[in-house]
Amino acid sequence: MNADSVDDARFLPQPGAFRDVPRMALAPVPLFLLQPILQRIVAGVVRCHPELFIRLGEGVGKRFLIDATNLPFVMLLRLDPDRPLLRAYRRGQLPAHDGRIAGSLLTLLDLVDGNTDSDALFFTRKLVVEGDTGAVVALRNAMDDTEGRLADDVVSGFGPLTWPAAQVLAVLREIRRRCQ
Amino acid sequence: MHRPELVCPAGTPAGLHAAVDAGADAVYCGFQGPTNARNFPGLNFSPREMEQAVTYAHDRGTKVLAAINSFPPAGQMAAWKRAVDDAVRFGMDAVIVADIGVAAYTARMHPDQRLHLSVQAGASSPEAINFYCREFGVRRVVLPRILTVAEIKGIHAQIPCEIEAFIFGNIGMMAEGRCSLSAYATGQSTNMDGVCSPASHVHYLQDEGGNLKSLLGEFTIDCFTCDESAGYPTICKGRYDTEIRTGYYAFEEPVSLNLTPLLPELMRAGVTALKIEGRQRSRAYVAAVVAAFRKAVDACMENRVPDMAGLIALTEGHRETQGAFGGRKWR
Repeated sequence: MNADSVDDARFLPQPGAFRDVPRMALAPVPLFLLQPILQRIVAGVVRCHPELFIRLGEGVGKRFLIDATNLPFVMLLRLDPDRPLLRAYRRGQLPAHDGRIAGSLLTLLDLVDGNTDSDALFFTRKLVVEGDTGAVVALRNAMDDTEGRLADDVVSGFGPLTWPAAQVLAVLREIRRRCQ
Repeated sequence: MHRPELVCPAGTPAGLHAAVDAGADAVYCGFQGPTNARNFPGLNFSPREMEQAVTYAHDRGTKVLAAINSFPPAGQMAAWKRAVDDAVRFGMDAVIVADIGVAAYTARMHPDQRLHLSVQAGASSPEAINFYCREFGVRRVVLPRILTVAEIKGIHAQIPCEIEAFIFGNIGMMAEGRCSLSAYATGQSTNMDGVCSPASHVHYLQDEGGNLKSLLGEFTIDCFTCDESAGYPTICKGRYDTEIRTGYYAFEEPVSLNLTPLLPELMRAGVTALKIEGRQRSRAYVAAVVAAFRKAVDACMENRVPDMAGLIALTEGHRETQGAFGGRKWR
């Protein structure tokens, strides 16, 4: 699925205005509705990219707080092949974590897709890293070695939800492309 | 003018694929562990990955060079010997070494293996380089980043081997292969453990106003205001309060090397290979920088001026320098 598959790009929110769209759109959504989707995403990572855990090394089992700064919630990621976890938490109830990775939703998607250099994002202050830097660096390198296939591979395992999930991904990528 | 070899970094198999696909003539990479000077978590190649990487590159006409360029601690030579043996077994096109013992082992056990002298050896005089050529059959020297183009030209006339010079990437104010600043702060040696500013000892703290503090071990390296570009958490790029000045980059600012304007001069000075730094960087960095320098080298060969404006986005602190190559003298 690529950006061309978005049916009509005219109706996409413009990049500048997009910044607050995820926060506003998802604020009313109860987190319990998101949890099964998030768990499905992390299970897909385990299924599609088992090699990621070898490269992750001592980062396996570490708890990463994924903070897309324009979402109304944060996500706790634990990449453990036996007990993977991706769970949303309200911003006022941050869970215990080993490392925090923060940036806009599009910045983090860019990293997952391998389209941008995380060091450059760090230099320009678009990416914030805190906590266990060693685990975060291992995660960055492990994800980078998936050659940008991670998101598509995970979405392709969504069963009946594959098409709508792929549409959401395509819309986000189109907005990101316009931002560049 | 001789067409130089473009030597590009890869920290992972994905990085190697990106470098090859972007037009690298050669890619340099290391095995996992302390045998190379980029021993970061999640980085480098297992023996199996290296073998596959060599096949991928050779199938596309690209050379692969093994960076085995750290210094074995006393009594721990086995890992370095194994890395050399694996590199030879996989058909890697050259082994890049810094340690005299590793050089001697390679020359003795694998006399047909092409041997390059790493920048980590810090060989910056014709006398030193000639020693390595004479004793170990070194075929190429990677020059320390402390020489002017005129000095490189002078060395070229006095040595029997090829010259490789850095043209882009991280640059620090140091004696290559001898720097102990990071070891002082962390207890891990850049030169023997293969890692400067190990990630396990780096911490970032950002306050609610967006001001960022970077620490290495117990030492604060820098404090960036919310609107300042950041740099790597290396001591040589830190900002300090000194007797002379406060908030002072006492060694070097966060900045990257970029020798694009000097490429024709370097090529005329006798540089055989142009090296891009950055095995610790992402696949996206490798793809962008290699593609840009592929075009730049090709443009220079046709006496055209290359357009490299896009590279500034990838530089540390969003600043670039020609360093000593352009005649700069450090404080």
